[in-house]
Amino acid sequence: MSPILETQKLCKSFGALAVAQNIDFRLHAGDRRALIGPNGAGKTSFVNMLMGALAPSSGRIFLGGEDVTRVRQAQRVKRGLGRTFQINALFNRLPVLDNVALGIAERRDAARRMWRPASSHKEVIQEAAELLSTLGLAEDALVPVKDLPYGKQRLVEIGIALGLQPKVLLLDEPAAGVPSYESEKILSSLERLPPDIAILIIEHDMDLVFRFARRITVLVQGEVLVEGTPEEVRRDRRVHEVYLGEAHHA
Amino acid sequence: MSGYTVDPRIRWTEYLPWVLALAAFFLLPEYLALGARILIFVLFALSLDLILGYGGIITLGHSAFFGLGAYTAGILSAKLGVNDNFVQLAAAAGAAALLGALTGAVILRTKALTLLMLTLAITAILLEVANKMSSITGGADGLSGVVVNPILGSFRFDLFGKTAFLYCLAVLALSWFLVRRIIYSPYGAMLTGIRDNTARMHAIGAPVYLRLVLIYTLSAMLAGIAGALLTQVNQFVGLNVLGFEVSGELLVMLILGGVGRLYGAFVGPVVYLVAQDYLAKQFPEYWYFGIGVILILVVMFAPSGILGLIDRIKTKRRPA
Repeated sequence: MSPILETQKLCKSFGALAVAQNIDFRLHAGDRRALIGPNGAGKTSFVNMLMGALAPSSGRIFLGGEDVTRVRQAQRVKRGLGRTFQINALFNRLPVLDNVALGIAERRDAARRMWRPASSHKEVIQEAAELLSTLGLAEDALVPVKDLPYGKQRLVEIGIALGLQPKVLLLDEPAAGVPSYESEKILSSLERLPPDIAILIIEHDMDLVFRFARRITVLVQGEVLVEGTPEEVRRDRRVHEVYLGEAHHA
Repeated sequence: MSGYTVDPRIRWTEYLPWVLALAAFFLLPEYLALGARILIFVLFALSLDLILGYGGIITLGHSAFFGLGAYTAGILSAKLGVNDNFVQLAAAAGAAALLGALTGAVILRTKALTLLMLTLAITAILLEVANKMSSITGGADGLSGVVVNPILGSFRFDLFGKTAFLYCLAVLALSWFLVRRIIYSPYGAMLTGIRDNTARMHAIGAPVYLRLVLIYTLSAMLAGIAGALLTQVNQFVGLNVLGFEVSGELLVMLILGGVGRLYGAFVGPVVYLVAQDYLAKQFPEYWYFGIGVILILVVMFAPSGILGLIDRIKTKRRPA
């Protein structure tokens, strides 16, 4: 089976600082992959390059078999790439439903319409309401996002990305800053996602990572150190030294 | 104000500006010239609110479009003998929109201070061009001899400014209707998204740059229409329409009324221009001092403008 997302020899440097060094990475439909690594390993930069928010210094990115290295972010999204942000990137003043509806309208090509009122686009609103329902946010649909507790805001982050119906979903620390009882909700929401979506999750919560991911890639100083099943990664001494070791010592 | 959860029906308060304008027409006949000027600046402020309040595009050069519209109408009449008001308005709208599209395509690739400087530069260039091309524009002396045929073949611009007032009111009403439709549409919702979180809009697949260029073009078109109205009403156009002061004053008016609220563009010019008129009569030498005091008070006590202050008071009075 050909990968839905692939990078070949992906490199990125900021001056002397290399945040990605020859990264060869493959993600298949339905994959549940985690990308872990110590702070500064280059995980978010890698996601930014996959999305098109950051241009690589060299190397290539393929989405659905097509070279998208020079394709704009908006076009990559239309081809099935969706993401969440490490730090909430929400429309804080808008109600929860509007946050999700903006993405859905974009996907349905309704966002460029200038004449009919937004509230008359029932198909967008209905889809947004159904999505919020699956995330357990139906009761908060009309609440401005800024008034939501942080855990629910993280769910809205995921909701916006899901509204794009992505083939590949990149989750950048979805449980960051969330208390453990709320990270359970996030995990169960992720586990209920359609099985055919390929998911790449960056996360520091090792419990969540090892419960969710079927394969794990460990990134250190912009290089892939190890890739394997959770058990293989757990047993790998190099991982203990550079990453898990840090956690144990902490 | 915009979005998928907002009721787009016109509320009773939205009729107020029109009722007040008509009341002013009948009750304050000696102020119709000032009234027409206010209506023109409301339209101009509305065009700025569309890009600044909804699109988050910061500019100090909106007078470029206002001035181009004013000169287009003026040159058409004074130099080419085209005196039909609608042709003048259409030409002004087209010229300003074209300039908006061309300059927007360049400057909207930038942000923040760079963008602000570029908008200033564009209006400064236009000002200098108008100054140097005196054979066409009249240069520093201005362009006189502007003639406007009777509106719809029947309504001649009269000495008391009645026709001019109603004409400006009608053009403003049509423009307001257009802007309101855009604001309440998915495009309006998308614009607020860009204003609030551009990075996220990129990440949901919105072609942010193209969308901003389009709204910038529309805004320029409306500003051009406002400029043409000023020329038609005054039957004269001078270099001041392209000056930085006009852009600055306009920004002040919008901030005074409330940015991104649609009706802030109505309230701000009324308060500013009425205060300016009153203070200029009472204190001919120090009237700017009064304007300065009003501004300081607004910035200190109503940073979201007068409409923002009213909203705050209403929220405080609402039972918990």
